[in-house]
Amino acid sequence: MTYEFLQNYWWVLIALLGGLLVALMFVQGANLHLGNRALNDTQKRMVLNSTGRKWELTFTTLVTFGGAFFASFPLFYSTSFGGAYWVWVLLLLSFVFQAVAYEFQHKKGNLLGVKGFRVALMANGLLAPFLVGTAVGTFFTGSDFTVNKVAITDPSAPVISTWGNNWHGLEALGQYHAVLLGVTLMFLAAILGALYILNNVDDETIRAQMRRSIKMSIGPFLVAFLFWTAILFARQGYAVTPDQVVYLEPFKYWHNLLAMPVVLVMLLSGVVLLLYSLYLGAFSKSLKGIWFAMPGTVLVVMSVFFLAGFNGTAYYPSCTDLQSSLTLDNSCSSFFTLKVMACVSLLIPFVVAYIAYAWRAMDRKKITEEEISSGENKY
Amino acid sequence: MDVVIWSRIQFAMTAAYHWLFVPLTLGLALVMAVMETLYVVKKDEFWKKTAQFWIKLFAINFAVGIATGIILEFEFGTNWSNYSWFVGDMFGAPLAIEGILAFFMEATFFAVMFFGWNKVSPKFHLASTWLTGIGATISAYWILVANGWMQNPVGTTFNPDTVRSEMASAAAFWEVITNPVAVSKFCHSVTSGWVTGGIFVVGVSAWYLLKRRHVEFARKSMLVGAIVGLVGSGAVMLSGDSSGVHAAEFQPMKLAAAEGLEDGGNGAAFTIVPGIKIPHMLSLLATHDWNGYVPGINDILNGYTDNEGHVIPSVAEKMEMGRKALDALAVYRSTEDPAVRADALEVLNANVQYMGYGHLEKAEDVVPPVGVVFWAFRLMIGLGMLIALVLLLVLIAIWKDKLGAWKWLLWAAIVCIPLVYICGQSGWVVAEVGRQPWTIQGLLPVNVAISSLSAGAVKTTFFIFLAVFALFLAIEIRILVRAIGKGPEVEPENI
Repeated sequence: MTYEFLQNYWWVLIALLGGLLVALMFVQGANLHLGNRALNDTQKRMVLNSTGRKWELTFTTLVTFGGAFFASFPLFYSTSFGGAYWVWVLLLLSFVFQAVAYEFQHKKGNLLGVKGFRVALMANGLLAPFLVGTAVGTFFTGSDFTVNKVAITDPSAPVISTWGNNWHGLEALGQYHAVLLGVTLMFLAAILGALYILNNVDDETIRAQMRRSIKMSIGPFLVAFLFWTAILFARQGYAVTPDQVVYLEPFKYWHNLLAMPVVLVMLLSGVVLLLYSLYLGAFSKSLKGIWFAMPGTVLVVMSVFFLAGFNGTAYYPSCTDLQSSLTLDNSCSSFFTLKVMACVSLLIPFVVAYIAYAWRAMDRKKITEEEISSGENKY
Repeated sequence: MDVVIWSRIQFAMTAAYHWLFVPLTLGLALVMAVMETLYVVKKDEFWKKTAQFWIKLFAINFAVGIATGIILEFEFGTNWSNYSWFVGDMFGAPLAIEGILAFFMEATFFAVMFFGWNKVSPKFHLASTWLTGIGATISAYWILVANGWMQNPVGTTFNPDTVRSEMASAAAFWEVITNPVAVSKFCHSVTSGWVTGGIFVVGVSAWYLLKRRHVEFARKSMLVGAIVGLVGSGAVMLSGDSSGVHAAEFQPMKLAAAEGLEDGGNGAAFTIVPGIKIPHMLSLLATHDWNGYVPGINDILNGYTDNEGHVIPSVAEKMEMGRKALDALAVYRSTEDPAVRADALEVLNANVQYMGYGHLEKAEDVVPPVGVVFWAFRLMIGLGMLIALVLLLVLIAIWKDKLGAWKWLLWAAIVCIPLVYICGQSGWVVAEVGRQPWTIQGLLPVNVAISSLSAGAVKTTFFIFLAVFALFLAIEIRILVRAIGKGPEVEPENI
């Protein structure tokens, strides 16, 4: 195993975790229906209890995504988290409220009431995919930061990674290309959520609402996604020479796609799977759309990460100082640490296997009105 | 106040708040797993209902623990940017392993435990309950490997080409994960969680007994809680002893501060409270030698010779060497000339051991707030012993069938619930305030570990988090109290 191989291997894992995170954001999307007026309270609780059995998976994937990024590409962690401060703090707050909202929502004495916690869950449903999407969007637009490792020897200003403005990440909201990816993810999460509930909850009214919701989301999702993709392939990108000099190259991401046929195939098959799931969810009686949408999402997200980081590309570019841009090579952990982590990653299939086993055991029976009205162990 | 102070306050608050929920998670997990095992082995519905009640309380507590855990993980990056880069090579690995190995286990099996009573077989359910607790414990191990490394940074070397500490070999990684500080910290923290869980169960049960409600449930819960708590107490004391030895060896300043020891020497006395001392006791505890040498604050400032005969330079000398290292690093990084780089590298390598000291302004900066550490240490030990005594008396009372007669003991058990939290928090104050000014002992002081943020930004997030934490704590306590008030769903009996 060479150092370069391990850097690439870890980028694949980061991409996979990113893909799984977005796919698991069906939890966020489904929770938007807690504000759906066509559903009565019992039906809303069915939705709540359905996502309530899965939210920790999404949450843990987020934590692991952060931990894995920290372990494999620590310069990204220190630069982006410390720099785009407000974006990460906002994301954090939305997840923190989500984490307690399930357990507290229907308990007496919870101070915020059922409504308060439902609002928190819906806010998380919109904000989490939007902020994650916008943050990943800046992988292509670039951000305003500099990296200077000698700074640590200067007691008056010792910080290596410094952000160029006081908006600390909120300025990304002014970059329409990054925001478009945020919007895309928001509608994707809504679609995934509806597809998941369609499959997991046995109730005709709810199912009708889910199909309706999918139909309403298809348009905005496709428009945002197509625009984002078109702009991506038309824009100039941040290329890196083999000796680590960063320069701007027109149509860089388009070139990347053509240079990496595997990514092209992944992207196209992901899109096909997603489109098929949309058809199943909106225009057929099938309940199985989610089983196509999730792998489709993983494939598309992974190919987006591959376009950002592979084929001589700076995945976290600085638009202030090109040479400060982060590449797989200049931001990663040491050879040895990546090796250790690669060994640890061999446990991932085992983890996925027991999650799948537990999931199947728990979902053998769909959630019904009877279970939610009479069961003891519920949110 | 500047950004360093606000960053520290914010992180300290988040960590302290997180530690309100973690010990109960670790302790209750063991209690309820034992109870459910009794149900599966004895096939007695009573134990099922009993386990279910404590699982209900566990779930209320678990949620806030998860919510605050993610904030800590993010804050390493958001508020300690330089630190994240400097240690990322070593620190990220345990964090990622914690995610892959522990968090998924907790998350997956918690859901089965909570929702799965009628969905999976009793044995699968029992396994899930155990795995939830085991996941939490594994998680504690990995995060304490990271914390232990910050107290005693073994297994890494500074790489001037990347400007960070790096692990270079399997032996180094092994050193990191078997770091004696990490191992004793893990034992100390987890078993202190058992004490917390134990005394929580005992205290809540005591309240039922005083109210003459759910008597059978309360007595049996109390027995399990007291045993778990007492086993925990014993283990806490043993691991506390080795923590003291490690502090003496790796963080002598922390020990000197905890003892308020201005001037050390051979056969040093242990101060119980100012004015009351046990001769030779500190040497015995710290070095396991009646006449062992324990340096005081002034000795560390001025330099001394340790028990192995090593001459430890004064802080002023260390600072000078540290500055030489930093200057050499700056030269090494800013020139392409191979000869100049080779010279710079030589100076750097000769002084790199003390590079962290080069960031300090004055020698006294290495002294942590002595009063805080001194009293926190006494509070921890005093309360810990008191709680162990109460647990022991509870077991005696159960054995002699005196629970009904010894009402004062039931009240004492209830009072111990808040005390066990004060005890645990004090322990962390000793561990973390005691190592100031270091984020990483000897390598990176707090003022160099930060992010480039304005004090105002961190202040704002501090108050946001403070409000959120206060709200969650209020809700959590209200819900817990109501759930306890409602009680378990077992048949009420009288004494």
